[in-house]
Amino acid sequence: MAVTGIAERRARRTTSPLDLLYRPEVRQVLFQVILVVALAALFWMIISNTAANLKRQNIASGFGFWDTTAGFDISQTLIDYTNTSTYGRVFWVGFYNTVLVAVIGIVFATIVGFTMGIARLSSNWLIARLATVYVETIRNIPLLLQLFVWYFAVLKAVPPPRQSLELPGGVFLNLRGLYLPAPVPRPGFDAVLLALAVGFLLAVAIATWARRRQRFTGAQFPSGLASLVLVIGLPVAVFVFAGAPLDFAYPKLSGFNFEGGIVIQPELMALLLGLVVYTGAFIAEIVRAGIQGVPKGQKEAARAIGLTNSQVLRFVVIPQAMRIIIPPLTNNYLNLTKNSSLGVAIAYPDLVSVFAGTVLNQTGQAVEVILITMLVYLSLSLFTSFFMNWFNARMALVER
Amino acid sequence: MQRDLAANTARNEPVAPAPMRPPRTEIGMLGWLRHNLFSSWGNAILTIVGLYVVWKLLDGVVSWGFVNAVWTGDDGKACQAEGSGACWAFIRAKLSQFIYGRYPEEERWRVDLVYALALAGLVPLMVPQIPGKAWSAGFTFLIFPVVAFWLLTGSASNASGGLLDVAGFVLGVVGLACLLLARSSLRLVGVLCLVAAVPLVMRWVFSTSGLVHLPLVPTELWGGLLVTLVVASVGITGSFPVGIALALGRRSKMPFARWASIGFIEFVRGVPLITVLFMASVMLPLFLPAGVSFDKLVRALVGVALFAGAYMAETIRGGLQAIPRGQFEAAEALGLSYPQRMALIVLPQALKLVIPGIVNSFVGLFKDTSLVLIIGLFDVLGIVQLNLTDAKWFANSTAMTGYVFAGLVFWVFCFGMSRYSQMIERRLAQGERR
Repeated sequence: MAVTGIAERRARRTTSPLDLLYRPEVRQVLFQVILVVALAALFWMIISNTAANLKRQNIASGFGFWDTTAGFDISQTLIDYTNTSTYGRVFWVGFYNTVLVAVIGIVFATIVGFTMGIARLSSNWLIARLATVYVETIRNIPLLLQLFVWYFAVLKAVPPPRQSLELPGGVFLNLRGLYLPAPVPRPGFDAVLLALAVGFLLAVAIATWARRRQRFTGAQFPSGLASLVLVIGLPVAVFVFAGAPLDFAYPKLSGFNFEGGIVIQPELMALLLGLVVYTGAFIAEIVRAGIQGVPKGQKEAARAIGLTNSQVLRFVVIPQAMRIIIPPLTNNYLNLTKNSSLGVAIAYPDLVSVFAGTVLNQTGQAVEVILITMLVYLSLSLFTSFFMNWFNARMALVER
Repeated sequence: MQRDLAANTARNEPVAPAPMRPPRTEIGMLGWLRHNLFSSWGNAILTIVGLYVVWKLLDGVVSWGFVNAVWTGDDGKACQAEGSGACWAFIRAKLSQFIYGRYPEEERWRVDLVYALALAGLVPLMVPQIPGKAWSAGFTFLIFPVVAFWLLTGSASNASGGLLDVAGFVLGVVGLACLLLARSSLRLVGVLCLVAAVPLVMRWVFSTSGLVHLPLVPTELWGGLLVTLVVASVGITGSFPVGIALALGRRSKMPFARWASIGFIEFVRGVPLITVLFMASVMLPLFLPAGVSFDKLVRALVGVALFAGAYMAETIRGGLQAIPRGQFEAAEALGLSYPQRMALIVLPQALKLVIPGIVNSFVGLFKDTSLVLIIGLFDVLGIVQLNLTDAKWFANSTAMTGYVFAGLVFWVFCFGMSRYSQMIERRLAQGERR
């Protein structure tokens, strides 16, 4: 009887419209309706205001500007570009410049970061302290400030071309940039490249074969040494055999400037130095945390079953540490790519500088330009996070 | 001693050998050196290289920053001598600009007062030993922002708002009455009324009443440390609630709330801060109806707070995910409502877990404030950069000196924050340490 009493009471209670508000399902729907309406209203307001404002300011909307002649020069272009090229071309110049600095930066930041991260764990007290000082100093100073230091205080203080600093190997450093000897291949150099490719393929094949054989027979094969010989030895042998078909064009001072060789502009150099030193400090922390994250028992157990020190590192510590290191590491690669947009402050012609800067100022089409710029970075990071999710799923510990 | 030995041998008991001192190379100073610096040939070489690096660094810092530095002078000529180090005279001459920007000189006491009030609020809040946290938090987060706003901007020319003033007083009286007279159920109403009344009454005090008249200082004149601290503190206090809301939204069961949060977080995290600031400075005016415009500083503040909020959301989400399901379920079983469950059970535990991450975001935000110079605001770095173009102070060493100064300012704040968070972490972890 009591049960029906409760049910009756409840049935009576739900009839009151105000009580309906206390049901979680009703609340959820109501809240979401409010949210959607509010968001829709916000977007509608933004779009209508923007349209009205653009009309009032006589700014054409749309992507018609893409094919218009740009009419300005860019100091560093990886693809053909003149000041009669289009704004669309400017976009690609900026894009490639961003990619260039990101790729080189990622490679060097990884090297610096891993070195410093391992140095922080060194048994050598002095080295560990020095690495700590590096990390704690660099991480707590804004990247923009570091870029300014490299560009305005360090690279602007080097001598003009006439009194260039001469570095070993025919390298010169002056106000206009870093001059490196340029490799000039002679006919026959293609064979060296071919040998490199063949060596690489052979190395992969041998490694696969060795792994299979070890799985079935237990017999080991020094595949690491073999790949080293194949990848480096084969091309070198071909290079020597073909009579060293490679020359270097050394930069030479003529008049007021250097000619020949490869020039790395001060802007690129400062941006790279800043990004590498800054991101390296963050990667060092990740590497340290990753290595320390491998439980001590794992190392002890590995020693107990008779692995040598280097085997412990190769088969036990590094694989487990990498599982911890890689997700935040990719995050830092992304940060480096996004941070390369700070190049705008030292006039490095990256995407933000030439496209979201110069093109925006010339055309006034803020909405389109900023949206395209954001989309580029957004798709880069979404692509990376999809890759990371896939990678994580593959690397995750398979547990029961 | 002799007799003891004799007695022992007499009883034919084995003699305990006198404990031998460990070899001198294993203990003390020498042992430490051997173990930590010269344990192998490779390590010895590393140590020597390290010593050389330390020597070079120290030598450079001391000779550049102290021995060869120029401490006094009226212009750049003092620092142009061959081989002279840091140009501290430049910093001395420009220090007031670096702290206040172009804030009018006779009004600078207002900035100082704001700094003093901020310290008066933050110190009792941050030192664990001082009691009365609720009061200092109330002062810092309710009263201080309003007072600081009025002090820094000053009053607009004779703003009149009769109705607003009346509303302020009515709300204040109602709020006080609720707090003092009513039972606990009306407490919340009282607090809300007071929260609403504070800015309105302040507004009356500072503008309509004519009791205090502070000349208006437009934000274009603000600069230096003032802008850095304003952007950082507004960004930090703004990003925190934004981050909590987004994190809860992302973990919510409601599909629309979840997807709206995910969309916002991933979008903001996927683009560089510069583009967000560009958007705030170039596109925001387009989004608003004609005639409505925001101050440039306010636009930057909105951009920074939203940007940092998205990062904060991901940090807090990490904490939320680490809270066991049982906590949510137990709270639900107690009959607590959603806000109660989150505010009383889940968030306190989740936030405690991610303090290092939260402080990391704060440090990141503090460093990111330097980016406002790209949209034409002058923070510490911006004002240093601006002053480097001063022809009067032209010298080779001024650039480096200015950057070292700005770097020290940033470093002190960021390093301080991370050290403070480590202390708080240790204090909060005391429950787990037995």
